[in-house]
Amino acid sequence: MKYVDEFRDPEKAASLVAAITALAGPLAASRGRPLHIMEVCGGHTHTIFRYGISGMLPPEIELVHGPGCPVCVLPMGQVDDCVAIAETPGVILTTFGDAMRVPGSQKSLLQAKAEGTDVRMVYSPLDALALARDNPEREVVFFGLGFETTMPSTALTLLQAEAEAIRNFSLFCNHITIVPTIKAILDSPDLHLDGFLGPGHVSMVIGAAPYGFIAEHYHRPLVVAGFEPLDILHALWLVLTQLAEGRADIENQYGRIVPPDGNAAALDAITRVFELRPFFEWRGLGSIDHSGVRIREAYARFDAERKFALPSLRVADPQSCQCGEVLKGVIKPWQCKVFGTSCTPEAPLGALMVSSEGACAAYYQYGDLEGLRTQHAVGAA
Amino acid sequence: MCLGIPGRIVAITDETRKLATVDVAGVKREVNIACIIDGRALDDCVGDWVLIHVGFAMSRIDERQAQETLQILTELGEAQQEIAAMRASGRG
Ligand code: SF4
Repeated sequence: MKYVDEFRDPEKAASLVAAITALAGPLAASRGRPLHIMEVCGGHTHTIFRYGISGMLPPEIELVHGPGCPVCVLPMGQVDDCVAIAETPGVILTTFGDAMRVPGSQKSLLQAKAEGTDVRMVYSPLDALALARDNPEREVVFFGLGFETTMPSTALTLLQAEAEAIRNFSLFCNHITIVPTIKAILDSPDLHLDGFLGPGHVSMVIGAAPYGFIAEHYHRPLVVAGFEPLDILHALWLVLTQLAEGRADIENQYGRIVPPDGNAAALDAITRVFELRPFFEWRGLGSIDHSGVRIREAYARFDAERKFALPSLRVADPQSCQCGEVLKGVIKPWQCKVFGTSCTPEAPLGALMVSSEGACAAYYQYGDLEGLRTQHAVGAA
Repeated sequence: MCLGIPGRIVAITDETRKLATVDVAGVKREVNIACIIDGRALDDCVGDWVLIHVGFAMSRIDERQAQETLQILTELGEAQQEIAAMRASGRG
């Protein structure tokens, strides 16, 4: 496949690690602590664990796993609303596979399906629209979620539904936007971040300009990165180079996919269909201003929020859950009290255990758990 | 859902809905190409390498940029080898 193997070359990885190590030593020494670099995107978290990248890096670099997995930040109340829609007679509820397993306060969509509710997994929102075309007597609802990466696909599907005057299709919109979230993290007092790996596929849509404030106002470097191991290492090296030179710039390591100005057609579809919500509730992070989008009035007839009476309750996360601290990078996944015991990928308590892009599931699947626990025990002693 | 997968456009299947067949490692699938047309005639998109997310081609893979990045990484690797050699010879 195009440019997949080329970006996994172990020799190049080894030289990047050597270059990173050479820069990290003096930078950490001058701070008297390891460097904290946050990878915002869950896709990066997945690559980091799958290829054991943390283990290649010197101890002077700590990767902080950010909140960029849309499945993982979905609050229980939203899942409950979605279950309520699914259980409405006549409805076919459709969504991506990962979203089906996120726990609600009573059940997940997968559990609702097991009880006989018509919930179907689709690969694309276009598949949901096709279901609506084929089942005119049923109401087909697509549970749409994701950052700017998937927002255009939902917007274009809705515009297609309008063009074909399909009346039995609607969207339960849970799309979120990354920039206000990064700002909330930068304003959070418990975190000291030295730089960011920027989300590659969000940036392919929005371009690099929206991150400007991170360099200008917060003086932190951000490097938009691809998803292969060499991409991550290369981007880390670029972040460290900026730190060593005392610069804070927005750079793009992923030029083969990310155009500097983003994708005009995708942005146009987004702005036609969606507008910012005053605030959106995130699992573990609470309410963040302007961090979600909703359907504009002009497309109200495709809006499941207006078509259905939703309970819309705010449901607190379970007490034992420490997803919020993990999402903000304050604790590591394996430091959560229920990690691997009452919270596992098979029976997730928190959403970070659901998707393979969630930090807890990634640790669980690829992490050297015994090693981490012993290290922790030694560190605590 | 957020990672995407590269594929190559092999045929236009629906002009009005902007659908095309892509070949993803030998598997054929219909995707929407509205986001990568970029003012071109639809037929000119055939042959493009694109990154596909949830049934939509979202970006054209820029070969020149990919080669440039790989070139930088190769040069960086050569520089590292030289540094290592200098250290090993005790004159670094
Ligand atoms: S282990 Fe489970 S409950 Fe704890 S932070 Fe991870 S997902 Fe949340």
